Amino acid sequence: MTVELQVAQGWLTVCELSSLIPGRGVAALLPDGSQAAVFVDRAGRPYAIGNQDPFTGAHVLSRGLVGTAGGRPFVASPLLKQRFDLESGRCLDDEETVVRTYPVRTAVTS
Amino acid sequence: MTEPLPTIVLIGHGMVGQRYLEALAERGVTATHRITVLCEEPRPAYDRVHLTSYFSGSTAEDLSMTPAGFMEEHGIALHLDDPAEHIDRAARRVTSRSGQVFPYDVLVLATGSYPFVPPVPGKDAPGCFVYRTIEDLLAIEEYAKDRGSGAVVGGGLLGLEAAGALQGLGLATRIVEFAPRLMPVQVDEGGGAALLRTIESMGLTVHTGVGTQEVVTGEDGHVSGMRLSDGSTVDTDLVVFSAGVRPRDQLARDCGLDVGERGGIAVDARCRTSDAHVYAIGECALAVDGRVYGLVAPGYEMAETAADDLLGREKEFTGADLSTKLKLLGVDVASFGDAHGATPDSLDVVWSDSRSGVYKKLVVSPDGVLLGGVLVGDADSYGLLRPLTGSVPPVAPEQLVLPAGVGAPVALGPSALPDHAVICSCHNVTKKAIAACDTLAEVKKCTKAGTGCGSCVKVIGQLLPAATDKGLCGCFPFTRAELYEIVRTRRLTSYEEILDGHGRPEARGGDGCEVCKPTVGSIIASLAPTLGASGYVLDGEQAALQDTNDHFLANMQRNGSYSVVPRIPGGEITPDKLIVIGEVARDFGLYTKITGGQRIDLFGASVDQLPRIWARLVDAGFESGHAYGKALRTVKSCVGQTWCRYGVQDSVRMAIDLELRYRGLRAPHKLKSAVSGCARECAEAQSKDFGVIATASGWNLYVGGNGGATPRHADLLAQDLSDAELVRLIDRFLMFYIRTADRLERTSTWLERLEGGLDHLRDVVVHDSLGLCAELEALMADHVAHYRDEWAETLQDPERLRRFVSFVNAPGAPDPTVKFVPERDQVKPDLAVLTIGGPVR
Repeated sequence: MTVELQVAQGWLTVCELSSLIPGRGVAALLPDGSQAAVFVDRAGRPYAIGNQDPFTGAHVLSRGLVGTAGGRPFVASPLLKQRFDLESGRCLDDEETVVRTYPVRTAVTS
Repeated sequence: MTEPLPTIVLIGHGMVGQRYLEALAERGVTATHRITVLCEEPRPAYDRVHLTSYFSGSTAEDLSMTPAGFMEEHGIALHLDDPAEHIDRAARRVTSRSGQVFPYDVLVLATGSYPFVPPVPGKDAPGCFVYRTIEDLLAIEEYAKDRGSGAVVGGGLLGLEAAGALQGLGLATRIVEFAPRLMPVQVDEGGGAALLRTIESMGLTVHTGVGTQEVVTGEDGHVSGMRLSDGSTVDTDLVVFSAGVRPRDQLARDCGLDVGERGGIAVDARCRTSDAHVYAIGECALAVDGRVYGLVAPGYEMAETAADDLLGREKEFTGADLSTKLKLLGVDVASFGDAHGATPDSLDVVWSDSRSGVYKKLVVSPDGVLLGGVLVGDADSYGLLRPLTGSVPPVAPEQLVLPAGVGAPVALGPSALPDHAVICSCHNVTKKAIAACDTLAEVKKCTKAGTGCGSCVKVIGQLLPAATDKGLCGCFPFTRAELYEIVRTRRLTSYEEILDGHGRPEARGGDGCEVCKPTVGSIIASLAPTLGASGYVLDGEQAALQDTNDHFLANMQRNGSYSVVPRIPGGEITPDKLIVIGEVARDFGLYTKITGGQRIDLFGASVDQLPRIWARLVDAGFESGHAYGKALRTVKSCVGQTWCRYGVQDSVRMAIDLELRYRGLRAPHKLKSAVSGCARECAEAQSKDFGVIATASGWNLYVGGNGGATPRHADLLAQDLSDAELVRLIDRFLMFYIRTADRLERTSTWLERLEGGLDHLRDVVVHDSLGLCAELEALMADHVAHYRDEWAETLQDPERLRRFVSFVNAPGAPDPTVKFVPERDQVKPDLAVLTIGGPVR
């Protein structure tokens, strides 16, 4: 089982699902040089958002902790702890701030 | 050219003087005026009201009333040990003892009062003291060594305090009071009788209705006894005069200011003296009602009045409440309003129980208005009764003083008080002002209520909204301490099991949050050997709970790079090891800084560099310094006896032993410690969570200190400990803290929150009052036995090492966004500081 991200060029294989720890993330380098943060929750569902923390500019969101608030998954930035909804990219602490999201899927490796 | 700022000279830096300075600062006057303070004592303002607590373990620093940095921040020039000696009102200048001349535009006299010593023969013999300043206390303490008995002349408030202090120094103590009862000013005959019984039952000897005729001296000229007015002679080794105070008005007299017939600098309702440029406030002033107030609350009010007058604001001081509540010699004594029933036609309601030493009297008018009262032995109701003074209480007065079980008392809460009731009389704060706040901290900050004598804190607590949900976060309805107990008693080692079994219903089955995950991770880690779990923070599910710092065993910095801190126990390091650190820093291009904790921080490592940096350090014999964790950081030390000519113990050895013993210990907050080799305190042990100071006969242990944003001096927990006793006590202290503290609660705030405070802590960890000590020691023994270095362990685990990459899909590529630029021959992050705001938890 691999995790794949949709980018301009199509579906990009990022890693084996088994190499993701539930509740934690990894960073992926995308073909255009940008970075995505990829997570899996405890139910095994994958999520992907931009890796840059908009509050500090550092590329660190992949290193935050994943949680659930109001039934929705989020990641808390490891720097100043703002929470970001993993499905919409919306910052739960600041309505104006949104990070981008990526379509993500798991695929059976042949 | 700029005009010179107008100048205020304050003479006297006691409690009232300091309050005046704060009042000026609050009104912005410190920015528009130059302020000079002349202080006779060698130390800035301290809490004279709680002077006696010096003998029960408070330090001179604890008693300080002057916030650190206050003078600097407000540009106030404080001259200690240099009293004013002469005032030239015509030229408007003050000359101090050192000969300096200070011109003024405004002069404020806050010279306080001096103890009155009756003119009896022998009053100046060695062994005679007064009880007024910290220096007086130090002198009494020194003289009392190797002496067996003491006497206090005067059975008023201060006399009883002094007697308690003498008894605390181990002296057989007697009190000689001229009036027919103790505390004649505050307490009536019945109250005096109750007080006498209780005080005699504590082993003190009390003489009432007799005067002191002579202090008798022995062959060496030192005090040996006293002759009393009833003809008797009593033996005593020292005498403390506490026969009242007199206003210190000599400076004012010498420069021709008006003073009262019986002393006190005459002031008007704005605290102005007969010279428009001169104010007098506090115990040196004679108020318009003809009284000299010897209490701090009226002094504070005068300080505010004088500050307001300076700005042309109208505020008048025409008299004050003389209510007092004290715990003297362990007896509650309170007196308020018209305690003696001087109002015509007033009636008494009295409850007296001589078995338990309780005496309560309320004075009421025929139409039911509460006029005042006296409480001895049980003054709990003082906080409610005093604000009700002057109004008709909502229930019959007797119901307010009867103990439970006698005549169906009602539970009258502070909710019954009217909005204008004054709850804190030291700072004149009403119920309404307090009810506008949410927490005690907020009340203290916004209104100062509760920061004076402290007798109102209990009532304030009852006026504040009760926190309804003490839960750790949205996932758990429990506090950290409760979660700790759940994990410990049910032996739970899985976060999911804990969340699904004990979380809030809406959180079960979810992913938790960034608040409870690291908290549970820390609890499991600190209990790991005992639970039979792996203590390794990156094992299995534990890895998913750790904050990024713990997850990567390094400290994340603002640009996403990490810093690495090798442990340098006690700050002791060989040249070879120093060279290794230097080489590692040079080879990886790291920014290097010596920290405040006697270690070396290496900044700017990228994720993928971390294992290679550790490998070099571990090879050279270093281990993880846990600078990333809520764990023990450093144990700082001075060089101690080995090198220092003042050292009395080997502080380096002890610091190393302690640091190695507690390394890696997970706690609710980071922990810091220090060991000083002598009382000079070069290691700053009293600002640490636990600090050790060497004495000639062992070690003194201080706990609950804190540097940082809210500094707090540590409290002395135990003295003159052997090495083994010291370690055992610290074991117990740390484990008790880890078990009961809240998330991110440092030992300082924990200790202040702990019900019963330091005394309770001492009961638990020294006297084992809860029977917990064996268990606490066993938990620590488990921790010590199972310690493993997290860096070394990670290096040996290829599976875990795979996580140390910048990109999961490009393991060899470093993160191109982590960039550096040079500064002062080293590197710094190349990352703009963003200014987007946003709530931060």
